[in-house]
Amino acid sequence: MNVPRIHFERRTAILVGVLVALMLGLGLLGLCYGASWAPPGKVFAVLTGSEHSVVIRDWRLPRVLAGLVFGAALGVAGAIFQNLTRNPMGSPDVIGLDAGAYTGALIALTVLSGTSAQLAVGSVAGGLVVAAAIYLLSLETGFSGLRLVVIGIAVNAMVTAVNSWIVLRADLEVAIAAVGWSAGSLNGVGWEDLGIPFTVIAVLLALMTTRAHAMHQASLGDPIAVTTGVGLDRLRLLMVLVGVGCTATVTAVAGPIAFIALAAPQIGRRLAGAAGVPLLPAALTGAVLLQGADLLAQSLLAPVALPVGVVSTAIGGCYLIWLLTKEVRRA
Amino acid sequence: MTARLTARDITLRYGDRVVSTRLTLDIPDGAFTAIVGPNACGKSTLLSALVRLLKPHSGHVEFDGREVGAFGTKALAKQLGFLPQDPMAPDDIKVRRLVARGRYPHQSMLALWSPGDQAAVDGAMAAAGVSDLADRPVQELSGGQRQRVWMAMVLAQRTPYLLLDEPTSFLDITHQYQLLGLLARLRNEGRTVVAVLHDINQACRFADHLVAMKAGAVVAEGDPGDIVDATLIKDVFDLPSVVVPDPVTGTPMVVPTLRGE
Amino acid sequence: MTVAGRASEAAGNRRAVPQTALLVGGLVLLAALAVLSMGVGARHVAPGEVVRALFDYRGTDDHVVVRDVRAPRALLAVAVGAALAVAGALIQTLARNPLAEPGILGVTAGAGFAVTLGSAAGLAGGRAGELGFAVAGSVAAALLVVAVGRGSPLRLVLTGVAVTAVLNGVALGLRLMLPDTFDLYRFWSVGTLAGREQASLSWPLTAIAVSLAGALLLSRALNALTLGENVAHTLGADVGRVRLTTLVLITVLSGAATAVAGPILFVGLIVPHLVRKPAAGSVPWLIAYTMVLGPVLLLAADMAARVLLPTGEVPVAIVTAFLGGPMLIWAVRRYGAGSL
Repeated sequence: MNVPRIHFERRTAILVGVLVALMLGLGLLGLCYGASWAPPGKVFAVLTGSEHSVVIRDWRLPRVLAGLVFGAALGVAGAIFQNLTRNPMGSPDVIGLDAGAYTGALIALTVLSGTSAQLAVGSVAGGLVVAAAIYLLSLETGFSGLRLVVIGIAVNAMVTAVNSWIVLRADLEVAIAAVGWSAGSLNGVGWEDLGIPFTVIAVLLALMTTRAHAMHQASLGDPIAVTTGVGLDRLRLLMVLVGVGCTATVTAVAGPIAFIALAAPQIGRRLAGAAGVPLLPAALTGAVLLQGADLLAQSLLAPVALPVGVVSTAIGGCYLIWLLTKEVRRA
Repeated sequence: MTARLTARDITLRYGDRVVSTRLTLDIPDGAFTAIVGPNACGKSTLLSALVRLLKPHSGHVEFDGREVGAFGTKALAKQLGFLPQDPMAPDDIKVRRLVARGRYPHQSMLALWSPGDQAAVDGAMAAAGVSDLADRPVQELSGGQRQRVWMAMVLAQRTPYLLLDEPTSFLDITHQYQLLGLLARLRNEGRTVVAVLHDINQACRFADHLVAMKAGAVVAEGDPGDIVDATLIKDVFDLPSVVVPDPVTGTPMVVPTLRGE
Repeated sequence: MTVAGRASEAAGNRRAVPQTALLVGGLVLLAALAVLSMGVGARHVAPGEVVRALFDYRGTDDHVVVRDVRAPRALLAVAVGAALAVAGALIQTLARNPLAEPGILGVTAGAGFAVTLGSAAGLAGGRAGELGFAVAGSVAAALLVVAVGRGSPLRLVLTGVAVTAVLNGVALGLRLMLPDTFDLYRFWSVGTLAGREQASLSWPLTAIAVSLAGALLLSRALNALTLGENVAHTLGADVGRVRLTTLVLITVLSGAATAVAGPILFVGLIVPHLVRKPAAGSVPWLIAYTMVLGPVLLLAADMAARVLLPTGEVPVAIVTAFLGGPMLIWAVRRYGAGSL
């Protein structure tokens, strides 16, 4: 954010405004939509406390907030990893974190009884184990984003193979349930599920905000980053912690919602016309993507609720394609 | 002659490859030091060690009597400015923003941007001659223009010490001499300049202190007029030559006698 | 010539010899593994007997097994291994991204989508049906990706990622709603060479063979391309045509391999990384080495796949990941991540 206070980057300001408006709009829509439609007037009344509605306050509101907050967390995690690996494809899912979380969940489903608490613990444990393995395996003098990515690929290959094997050998119903979990879903998310995750995400995002400036400086390459005063080792450790932490937290509650971490930062930076992969556009785009996807997931084939990961992947992909075609015509 | 920045007995390695063994060097304050030598003689490695990019395997680099590793990152960045050989810019960044990144060591969470920062950026762009490119994307510029933009970034840092690795790369002859002239002016203002230069004649013309390196060791150092002769050039570069006084400045001018058969 | 010049030329020559020796060694290893693999399985056949079955056919039970079952399977392993590895080398060179793998053009996702769609519509019965749908899906997806993504390596990669995501997402949604389709897909989606030797192999194998030859022929031009478009032009390479031909080759190679064996995801991703050091930046050597190492890896994996379990087989895609993964980690730690 090293911009003269007076001349704030016009385009970024407009984009932030639009995205925040979209977030609020989609959030409102999420509160209105459901088995029975609630008019916006009623929603506002419930939010300000003058009316009472279990459906809006206890079912829809936590889900909407989860969609927005988790989407932002995933967008930030993706931006962090893409900065760390200096590769637009270097996102948590590609280097195996999601695959590890899936393994933990599969074990919870096939060996244990698959309650949501077990799934949450399993997925976090699995993701952290894989993250630790990648970290230990890439330990060497000097950091190399490329080395991290390549080792992540190798680890992802093996973990994915294990997952395929488990799914192949399981009973059909268990397999379907497992794959369904792996597509990610915000179904049935209630207030009791969100206390810890929201706190964790708030802390992590606050931490990252204080170091966002340093992260952007680091995109100038190691020599210039170090000689202009960036403490690279500590910065990278923080980035890994925040990136893994955000991903693991969201996965624990909703399952792996893969594509947001990959697409939101790239969509965000193109919309903002920004240099490098900035955090704020990624966060806001992620929130809009996930909440929008969840709305579609609920409404497309109502009353059947699709897993949100299926929809986020599809619309995120379509939107990215559209952006790319637009780029061609501009060039 | 005082020297705040010194290398004491440093051994520099990349993995198993040893570049320099037990090298000692004092960088004279307020002077323009040029480091010259053939390719792969360890010039860049030495510079990296001086700015704390490379930790010596043994020995240490000192600034003001303290080991450079003991300084806070921003504290040292306010003293030593560095321009590497192949800097990389993020996609789509504009010139003005890139130069502004040089102000990083002076910024903090509470003091994000000040008039002082703005003045430093404007002054740096003017000095490097890139003011008219301010709103262009860096990746659209020519090699020479880009190099001057990076120079502006380092200048914006406003450090008393400037260390530059081949700053004249990609520049046409006019801009080369303009840049070297700029460095000489900075030296006149009291700053210390250390530059790895690949043109020995430019080094002789502009530098107060010449350091000639070969195979990771310092072969000779001192005033160019005192140390540069045909024997040194043959020794360091394996180049037969005659050394005559430059007709304009009187400094040593190396004329190769090799005719390329 | 100066002292320095003579020294570097000697070094170049010194390097050329080990490169050829390495290739020959690899080919010998490949032949040995092929013979070995034809002896391994439910019915054990000694290597000597295998060779006799191939060149001095006598019609014994052992000979029949080798000729009718093992040899086609070994041939398949070689073809699929080579196709995937070379496709991986090509896409990583073209996209200038170490994370690129052939599936990035949408080939794998397209095949999966088509198979899902076909099964949902009740049409993809039997191997031939699966094969047909897979091929159609691969080609259609690749066409879409290339049409939108041509222009720069980054665009191509991002477009491929986006198209893959869309196809995977929609297909997954379908499968979660139709259990029979889900069941069919989960067996198709883990690549295996078991039972594939029965289907008609002649045209996929021909397509692969022709494309491999094409890749070798194209490798010199690709070499020029890696130096940047301007340099490539001065070296006489028609950049647009080279790019397009490479994309076609990648599509055919990975499409045919995926159609025949199902997705074997990591061969195309990992094998090029393993040979990057010895190839030393030369695309022809990269193609040559991957053409040998891919089959080596797949043959070894296929053998292990047959013997790992007391009964039945482990799908070869799973074994490949566990063979290739540790190899890649070892190579990266020993030799560094390497540049492109």
